[in-house]
Amino acid sequence: MITRAIDGKIRITLPLTDEDISELHAGDSVLITGSIITGRDAAHKRLYELINGGKELPVNIKDEVIYYVGPAPAKPGHAVGPAGPTSSYRMDKYSPALLDLGLKAMIGKGARTQPVIDAIVRNGAVYFAAIGGAAALISRSIRSSEILAYEDLGTEAVYRFEIEDFPAVVAVDSMGRDVYKTGAEKYRKV
Amino acid sequence: MEIRTIRAETVTDTVERLYKELNYCIGEDIKKALGDSRNREESPVGRAVLAQLIENNNIAAEEQVPICQDTGMAVLFVEYGERVVIDGSFKEAVEEGVRRAYIGGYLRKSVVSDPVFDRVNTKDNTPAIIYTDIVEGDRIKILAGCKGFGSENMSAIKMLTPSAGIEGVKEFVLNTVRYAGSNPCPPIVVGIGIGGTFEKAAQLAKKATLRPIDRKNGDPRYAELENELLREINKMGFGPAGLGGSTTALGVNIETFPTHIAGMPVAVNICCHAARHKEAVI
Repeated sequence: MITRAIDGKIRITLPLTDEDISELHAGDSVLITGSIITGRDAAHKRLYELINGGKELPVNIKDEVIYYVGPAPAKPGHAVGPAGPTSSYRMDKYSPALLDLGLKAMIGKGARTQPVIDAIVRNGAVYFAAIGGAAALISRSIRSSEILAYEDLGTEAVYRFEIEDFPAVVAVDSMGRDVYKTGAEKYRKV
Repeated sequence: MEIRTIRAETVTDTVERLYKELNYCIGEDIKKALGDSRNREESPVGRAVLAQLIENNNIAAEEQVPICQDTGMAVLFVEYGERVVIDGSFKEAVEEGVRRAYIGGYLRKSVVSDPVFDRVNTKDNTPAIIYTDIVEGDRIKILAGCKGFGSENMSAIKMLTPSAGIEGVKEFVLNTVRYAGSNPCPPIVVGIGIGGTFEKAAQLAKKATLRPIDRKNGDPRYAELENELLREINKMGFGPAGLGGSTTALGVNIETFPTHIAGMPVAVNICCHAARHKEAVI
C-alpha cells in the first residue's frame, strides 16, 4: 500500500502490489515499512546455484523484498548493528534469475547493468537505493532481525528484518527508468 | 645509542583504541567538508543525502557504533623508530589490537582467509595490512585506517610512461572516477599515488586516502593538480549517493615518490565519504 503525505513523503507498506509498483517513479523518495529479507554476495551465489540445479530454495522469494546488506554486530540493547546497503552490481549476475522467480524488489546502492533493468521491467519489479554509508541512521529503522537461512555465513546470512519508515529512493522503476542515469545527466557539466 | 623499550601491550592498547575511535567518529576534515558541500550542493536530493550522512555521523559518535557497517580491512602505516625495542612481537601486538577492537567494539569482521578457494571468515578481522618504515628516533607512529571495499573495488593502477605527462595523469584519474560512478558511495575521497614502482604507487595512493582532505600536497604544483581534479570530478554529476548532484568528491589527495627514467606509475585508490583514519605516537 502506498500513501502520500501532505509533505510529499511517499510511505510504502509491504507487501508491494503490482499497482503499488506501477505508481513508483524513479527519483521518488520513499519510506518503507514491513517485512523484508537480506542477502548479499555469498547467499546470492548459493541461491543461484540451487536455482540452476532445479532445487528448492531455503526461503520463498516470491513477492519478497531483498536488501543487500551485511550488518555489523548489534550492541546489547540494539535490534541490529549498523546496516547500510552494499554495492548492488555484485549481485547483477544473480538478480535476473531471482526476479524471474517472483522477487518484487531489491534494496541496495549503485547502478545496475542492463540485464537486471530488463528483468525489472519484464517482471514488473522495482529497485530501491538506500544511502551508502548511512548505516547507523538506517539501523534505527530496523526494528527486529532474525536469521532465516545460511547461518554459517555470519554477516552474509539471510535475515528477516522488520523495518519501519526505512528511507530509500526509487532507483529503477518498473518502466526501466534509472535515476543513476538521469540524475547524473542532469547535473553533468562536462 | 639509547634504546627505549615499549611494551607490546601498549602497542595493542593503542591499536585497539584507534580502531574503535576511527570507526565511531569521523574526522573533523570530513565533517566540515560534508557541511560545506551541503550548503553548496545544487540537487535537492543531494542535499537531503548529505544531511542524512551528517546525521548518521552524529548518531555513530553519540552511540559509539560504526559509521558504516563495512568496517573494512585494517591498514596501518607505521613509522618505527630505530631505537625502539618491543618486549614481544610487534606484528602480533598490532594484530591483537585489531582483534580486540573488532570483537569488543562491535565492528564487522569482513576478512576471509583465502581469496579464491576457501573464502572462510577469519572471525576477528585479521590479518591486518601493516606497512613499516624504519625511521630515526625512539618513537612509534601509527597511522591507522580501515578500508571498505565498495570503494576499494573501484580503484585502479596504470603504468603510464613519461610521454603521457600531466595530461595522461589527469585522464587516467578522471576515467577511473567516471567508471566508478555511483558505486563507491559518493561523495568520495580520491587518493592518488604517482611514481615509485608498481606496488609503491598503490601504497602511496592508499596513504593519500588516509591524509586529512584539508591538508594539501606540500608541492604547490601537486596541490594545484589536487584542486583541479576535484573541480573536474565535481562536474561529472554523480552527486551524493550517485543520485545526481554537484558533490561527487570531497577531496583529492596526491602522494608522490621518485620513479624510474622509463616510467610514471599512477594509482587511484578511491575511498567513500567515510574516510576513516586516526594517528597515534607511542
